[in-house]
Amino acid sequence: MALLTRLANPSVFLGYSGRILPFAAAAAAVCMAVGLYLAFFVAPADYQQGDSVRIMFVHVPSAWLAMFCYSLMAISALGTLVWRHPLADVSARAAAPIGAAFTFLALVTGSVWGKPMWGTWWVWDARLTSVLVLFLMYLGLIALWRAIDEPARAARIAAILILIGFVNIPIIKFSVEWWNTLHQPASVLRLDGPTIHSSILWPLLVMAVAFTLTFLTLHLAAMRAEIYRRRVRAAQLRAASPEYNRASANGPEAEAYS
Amino acid sequence: MTGFAAIIAQTIRLSLAGGGALVGLVFFLALVAIIPFGVGPDLNLLARIGPAILWIGVLLASLLGLDRLFGADNEDGSLDLLILSGEPLILIVLGRALGHWVATGLPLIIAAPVLGLMLNLQPIALLAVMATLLAGTPAVSLIGAVGAALTVGLARGGMLIAVLVLPLVIPVLIFGVSATQGAVSDPEPFRAPFLLLCALTCAALVAGPVAGAAALKAALD
Repeated sequence: MALLTRLANPSVFLGYSGRILPFAAAAAAVCMAVGLYLAFFVAPADYQQGDSVRIMFVHVPSAWLAMFCYSLMAISALGTLVWRHPLADVSARAAAPIGAAFTFLALVTGSVWGKPMWGTWWVWDARLTSVLVLFLMYLGLIALWRAIDEPARAARIAAILILIGFVNIPIIKFSVEWWNTLHQPASVLRLDGPTIHSSILWPLLVMAVAFTLTFLTLHLAAMRAEIYRRRVRAAQLRAASPEYNRASANGPEAEAYS
Repeated sequence: MTGFAAIIAQTIRLSLAGGGALVGLVFFLALVAIIPFGVGPDLNLLARIGPAILWIGVLLASLLGLDRLFGADNEDGSLDLLILSGEPLILIVLGRALGHWVATGLPLIIAAPVLGLMLNLQPIALLAVMATLLAGTPAVSLIGAVGAALTVGLARGGMLIAVLVLPLVIPVLIFGVSATQGAVSDPEPFRAPFLLLCALTCAALVAGPVAGAAALKAALD
């Protein structure tokens, strides 16, 4: 908690994150290399699905991160609304496009996988549909952020929407499952037939770690970029203000990130 | 309480005065009218997808007036006066949402069976559509009011409200249409989805005004 308080100063955060970032990036690269090697050369091809089962090593970690990222945004939203932590909003805002990208990746790889396995690019299966709704919510959030100029105001409004979405995701998931079982009897091939063999499980776990490290690297870099972007904005506001030297004339947000 | 009633009455008056509610009805009619041009005039097909068409039509028509729900107040400054009046913000949002439902939702529900006749719906389906709409559209108005509060003061709020609200009302649509299907075809249940629909409305009744009030406060300071 003490560290969180110290990190409330963006300059302290920039210092720490600048030192961590190269290590995180290197760890992500190594993990990704090992994971891809395991996935492509060590893991056996499925006796039914052949080599296309290897899509799973990208698909499953992407889907996992799609949800992880939204959970992180929800925690950040709480940080914005409850503790008013100045970095919480930076974190949520930086995470949104990355989360949307992972969600998109999960949808596309799932679709590519579905074509040879299910014979169709898309089925309105409960899981696919709720991931699609999650993707829509990411896009809505990004659109809302872009529509509001002032970062401080956008922070709280977006945080409220993130929390509304977080409460709604389980409801949507449940209702979509209801809808699906009602209209479409179980015609869709399920993956959870036999339990996963360890020869596939290990590469999958390595890939999950690699994806998580990649996410953390991207997130840190995006947070740094967001802080710099706000500094540029604050400097521009100051420069545009008639009372050039009185920073207070620009309101509190001009000073918050300087 | 008188303030709350006044807010509802004012919302209804404003919605009706601008002709917004009427335009919503015409939009609903137009939407239902273009569906057969798209899917073909097959009456059996229309009877099967009719409840879904009516539900989607009501959903989209309800979104139409939402950007004016707080937008007009924000432009002329009366929103600040409302907040200064000491009336709890939650009641203001609730009043606006209920007013929106009475002015926009109710006419759509009353019009729905007439349009349902054009879609070859059976009497039991017409009744079911009306019942599910009555139970479900308050949730749409309440969630819509949250969307309106989130986007208050934005230049292009109208489009954004639709993008934000549509994913959130998917459960309402699912249970509304499922219950209607359940009433029409025998093996599928009516009661369970209908009760879930009522539960969604109750949950929206509690959570919607709280979230809307928080959003209004965030948008205005």
